[in-house]
Amino acid sequence: MHDFLLRAALGGIGVALIAGPLGSFIVWRRMAYFGDTLAHSALLGVAVGILVGINTTLAVALVSTTIALFLVLLQNQRYLASDTLLGILAHSALSLGLVVVAILATIRVDLISLLFGDILSISRIDLLWIYGGGAVALVALVIIWRPLLAITVDEDLARVEGVPVAPVRLAFMLLIGLVIAIALKIVGVLLITSLLIIPAAAARRFASTPEQMAVVAALAGVVAVLAGLSGSWVWDTPSGPSIVIAAALLFALSLLVPSLRGRAKA
Amino acid sequence: MKQDPLLHLSAVSVQFGQSVALDKVDLTVHNGQITTVIGPNGAGKTTLLRIALGLQKPTEGVVRRRGNIRIGYMPQRITIDRALPLTVRRFLTMANGPEDRLQAVLDETGVPASLLRVPVQHASGGEFQRVLLARALLRDPDLLVLDEPAQSLDLAGQSEFYDLIASIRDRYGCGVLVVSHDLHLVMAAADHVVCINRHVCCTGHPQEVRRDPAYLAMFPGGRPVDGLAVYEHSHDHTHTAHGDVVPLKDRENA
Repeated sequence: MHDFLLRAALGGIGVALIAGPLGSFIVWRRMAYFGDTLAHSALLGVAVGILVGINTTLAVALVSTTIALFLVLLQNQRYLASDTLLGILAHSALSLGLVVVAILATIRVDLISLLFGDILSISRIDLLWIYGGGAVALVALVIIWRPLLAITVDEDLARVEGVPVAPVRLAFMLLIGLVIAIALKIVGVLLITSLLIIPAAAARRFASTPEQMAVVAALAGVVAVLAGLSGSWVWDTPSGPSIVIAAALLFALSLLVPSLRGRAKA
Repeated sequence: MKQDPLLHLSAVSVQFGQSVALDKVDLTVHNGQITTVIGPNGAGKTTLLRIALGLQKPTEGVVRRRGNIRIGYMPQRITIDRALPLTVRRFLTMANGPEDRLQAVLDETGVPASLLRVPVQHASGGEFQRVLLARALLRDPDLLVLDEPAQSLDLAGQSEFYDLIASIRDRYGCGVLVVSHDLHLVMAAADHVVCINRHVCCTGHPQEVRRDPAYLAMFPGGRPVDGLAVYEHSHDHTHTAHGDVVPLKDRENA
């Protein structure tokens, strides 16, 4: 096996393992568009990273989380709904990123690989970031699991029951920013959300507890990464989109499986 | 001889921009007492409840809760995304510690054990109402707060439900705060009624409030509520613009 293929597979698996559980929460909390907004802002993160001269993954994580905080502030105004705000932020951040990257024309920036991923170019350093960042994210998610699940069920109920709602929500947003940063190399700015939500959606039919769904989503993501990479190798197709198509096929297959349990009561 | 009240709101006012949602409202809940807040739609009942729960800060006024009381809260409705695989059992136990009281609370609230395995989104309106009450009781609350608790029940079910609340109050010795707009039955079960319409219209024992001119004035033509409210405030159907009768679905998620 070629070294670059092995690194690609390892990197993809690392991202899938954290994207599944985190993506499950994004699905439960109906935050797909929020994830998309942070992902779009990742390009701005890349540009900032180049400008300032710091590690790209770190810069992306910083910019995504800044956008997340900015959004929380904007949500305090009463005039515009969240999806409008997200649309404004997503596309301004993406455009700003594109403009800054264009201004930096002296430095070679491969826009296509930023937008759609370049999993075959994953380096050892990238692997370190993916597994280091992924491990941190996974541990953090386990720590906030119970309170996050409580506020996912109902925020007011959780608050009355003593859950520190604001800190937990903030931690969750920061986690999304972090995972987007490490997933950028795999599928690129425009496709990151798919890696978060499609495996989780595919896992839904096979789970009867939140934890089961998170684990199945992680495994589904791993399968999608391996299948997508293989397809990309065999048919010489772009790897990022191939992984997303593999995940979508898994999701479609999950719909064909007969429901495991109907309503238990007559 | 009386203990400190569990909850005491004094001269609480809330403004949203220019509009006044609550104007100098006082509210007190004692141990072993059912306090019922009634009022028409838009009277600020929900705002008052959120302030009592600590979910919202008043613009003016003071909220005092007795130190470290446990609150059991039964919201009017909550929507749990269908993508979340969650059984009724998990929903009941996720916020509470050991399960040793689960069976007792299920018996008390009339939640059948067979419902435990059902996805929480599949419970009917009436079933879920009881599940929400059970979850609140599992906290062994000092103060039980109920938001429109009987809305998805028929008349017989409502009266049964308020009997249940009264027996819970006796058994737990907790204070109960009920917010409702279905006036007749909810008043029958109350020890103390606070009738609000942004400000406090009148307050006292149910019988006193029922005769209070300020209370009667809330109804078109100042009609007495006895016998009438039962029918006026328990719709099982609604009307289209043409006046056709359309049944209301009691299973929101069906």
